[in-house]
Amino acid sequence: MLKISNLHVSINNKEIIKGLNLEVKAGEVHAIMGPNGTGKSTLASVIAGREIYEITSGTIFYKGKDIQTMSIEERASEGIFLGFQYPVEIPGVSMTNFMKTAVNEQRKYRGQDPLNSTDFLALMEEKKKLVEIQSNLTNRSVNEGFSGGEKKKNEIFQMAMLDPALAILDETDSGLDIDALRVVANGVVKLRRPDNAFIIITHYQRLLDYIVPDFVHVLFEGRIVKSGRKELAMELEERGYEWLKNGNF
Amino acid sequence: MKTETTLTGITLKEKLIRAFEEEFLPGLADEKPFMKEIRQQSIETFQSLGFPHQKMEDWRSTSLQKTLSRQYIQEFTSPSPKEDVSKIFKCDIHHLDTHLLTLLNGWHVDTGIELTVLPDGMIFGSFNAARKQYPELFEKYYAKQAPYLSNGLIALNTAFAHDGIFIYVPDGVVATRTIQIVNIINQAENLFIQPRNLVILGKNASLQLVHCDHSVQHKASFVNSVTEIFLGENSFVDHYKLQNKDNDATVITNSFFHQSANSRLISNVITFNGGLIRNNLSTTLAGQGADAQLFGLYLADKDQHVDNNIMVDHQSADCTSNQLYKGILDDQAMAVFNGHIKVRRDSQRTVASQNNKNILLSDKATIHTQPHLEIFADDVKCSHGATVGQLDPEAMFYMRSRGIREDTSRMLMMYAFAADVINHIQIPPVRHQIDEMVYRRLKGELSNCDQCIIDCNATRPQIFEIDMSKI
Ligand SMILES: Nc1ncnc2c1ncn2[C@@H]1O[C@H](COP(=O)(O)OP(=O)(O)OP(=O)(O)O)[C@@H](O)[C@H]1O
Ligand SMILES: [Mg+2]
Repeated sequence: MLKISNLHVSINNKEIIKGLNLEVKAGEVHAIMGPNGTGKSTLASVIAGREIYEITSGTIFYKGKDIQTMSIEERASEGIFLGFQYPVEIPGVSMTNFMKTAVNEQRKYRGQDPLNSTDFLALMEEKKKLVEIQSNLTNRSVNEGFSGGEKKKNEIFQMAMLDPALAILDETDSGLDIDALRVVANGVVKLRRPDNAFIIITHYQRLLDYIVPDFVHVLFEGRIVKSGRKELAMELEERGYEWLKNGNF
Repeated sequence: MKTETTLTGITLKEKLIRAFEEEFLPGLADEKPFMKEIRQQSIETFQSLGFPHQKMEDWRSTSLQKTLSRQYIQEFTSPSPKEDVSKIFKCDIHHLDTHLLTLLNGWHVDTGIELTVLPDGMIFGSFNAARKQYPELFEKYYAKQAPYLSNGLIALNTAFAHDGIFIYVPDGVVATRTIQIVNIINQAENLFIQPRNLVILGKNASLQLVHCDHSVQHKASFVNSVTEIFLGENSFVDHYKLQNKDNDATVITNSFFHQSANSRLISNVITFNGGLIRNNLSTTLAGQGADAQLFGLYLADKDQHVDNNIMVDHQSADCTSNQLYKGILDDQAMAVFNGHIKVRRDSQRTVASQNNKNILLSDKATIHTQPHLEIFADDVKCSHGATVGQLDPEAMFYMRSRGIREDTSRMLMMYAFAADVINHIQIPPVRHQIDEMVYRRLKGELSNCDQCIIDCNATRPQIFEIDMSKI
């Protein structure tokens, strides 16, 4: 589904991703871990198409297509979803209007008729239940005044609404209480199917108790320096990243 | 019979003064002495002060020079009475029952009744009729708030004040129907008009007022209007001004509010389009506990110029005021915001805030924004802020990452920017309609034929376009 080869990314002439390789197949869950500031969010944004980053070399193929020429919204409509580490507040735009616009623009892209209000509201009710989101949050402006946990749950809700093929969740588990963590994890578990895939960026092995990953990667200084199975996450939890920093990989 | 005077350029001031003496005054032989005296003082004030110029602090960024060099005519008698205005325009706000008052070229359109008197004592209709029928109300309130001795434009209007709208809401009366005033200009020649409005609310009275400016013929016009609104103790005024004028129109509106104790004012000035617009808005918080909430939104492109000049004068203790003005500017459009807050020495426990936010869509668009605070009391909470910016790129990325196209994302964000002001509109049908107009304005679908859903048969509808691809 996603194949990244020898990716180099810079911002303001500062190289952040330095030759990264990653392959994600349909049905798989990949976890990416790694110390602060090593380029995890940068990688996620680059896949989503954020223009402030410059890809200096390498390729990103998604569903067999080179996505570098595709706009952010085209990628989204092709099924790439980014759950933000820091979801953005958009005062004045209601969640309902935001989601309705997003769902219908994606439908339009795919040549489908827009959902009418009744069908849209029904879809929203269904997904709200799935991710156990408080119903009043959808009446408010996008993320405005949401608590940290509510913002993260709202990312999962949006993911459920848009039903992506490839979801990248950037620290969606950070700052969540135990119950919220379970809700977020359950959301992913319920949405997981043989034809979709997840990249989960996290600092904690805890989330991976709920969502069992097929692969765990360690991103360090712009490169994946170690990959393994779920046991690697436990090892990292115990030993930290020091042993990797010393070049013992 | 129509008396018309042609007014020209550089000598416009002299011509106006001559027209006043030779043509205007003789028609007012029967006027009450106090009115005559006010007129005389006003014309003298105008003679010494003249039109405002850019050397004046409050006019630094707005020039009337081009406007004043055009030729205009003035009409000193009502245009052909009982003209079927319904042929010129059709105006209604959906789902809102209003009392509609129409001014055509500055004159109240008389549909058989000059002044309506309701059973509860409320009076509304022609200013010209009211000044003859209610001299005691005029003597008490007229020209008491508008500074005709120190301001050239106010003096000019006061000298020539002939017609406009008069509204009186007695003590304890809550006007159940919104009053809608529509200002129409329809004239084959360039027209200079000076409507004068007087609105008086007694104690515990309440009034909602929607005031629309519209032009049908696409001729240059110069409007210099003065509105005085008196809010009695514990009264409430909800005031909306909608401006959707031609690119050749010059509109100067001067609104003066006087607020007694515990009165509440909400004012919302929405400028969709106009050539040169200057809104002077001043409120005097004269009684303890009065509150003024002043909102504004201006959307300008091409060579348009929109200037909002605000004065909030805290003359009493425990009053609150808030100013929130927002604008989106494209092309070479220029906007000016001067927000004055004055807190007098004994006005303790004043809470006053001011905020002006702007989005500039082009390098050539400009905004001059400046707070002016004069605070003489010590127990005061006062805040002000001004921002000039572009759309938040983080929010743009967020929206697009959900599959929303770039232009749609921009549109949603601009609309959200404006919604901040629109959401303060208290009358739901008015809010929905303005909301819709803003939406269409931003999408480039609003024309100068749209005004409070006026469906005019203008021969040359102009579509206004804010080009969002430039953000
Ligand atoms: N817009 C930007 N301008 C300048 N530097 C940037 C920008 N975005 C990211 N960086 C830098 O790139 C590096 C990688 O940042 P990134 O956010 O990808 O790290 P991360 O691995 O997600 O960290 P964390 O675990 O703290 O979320 C950091 O040094 C960061 O300061
Ligand atoms: Mg990060």
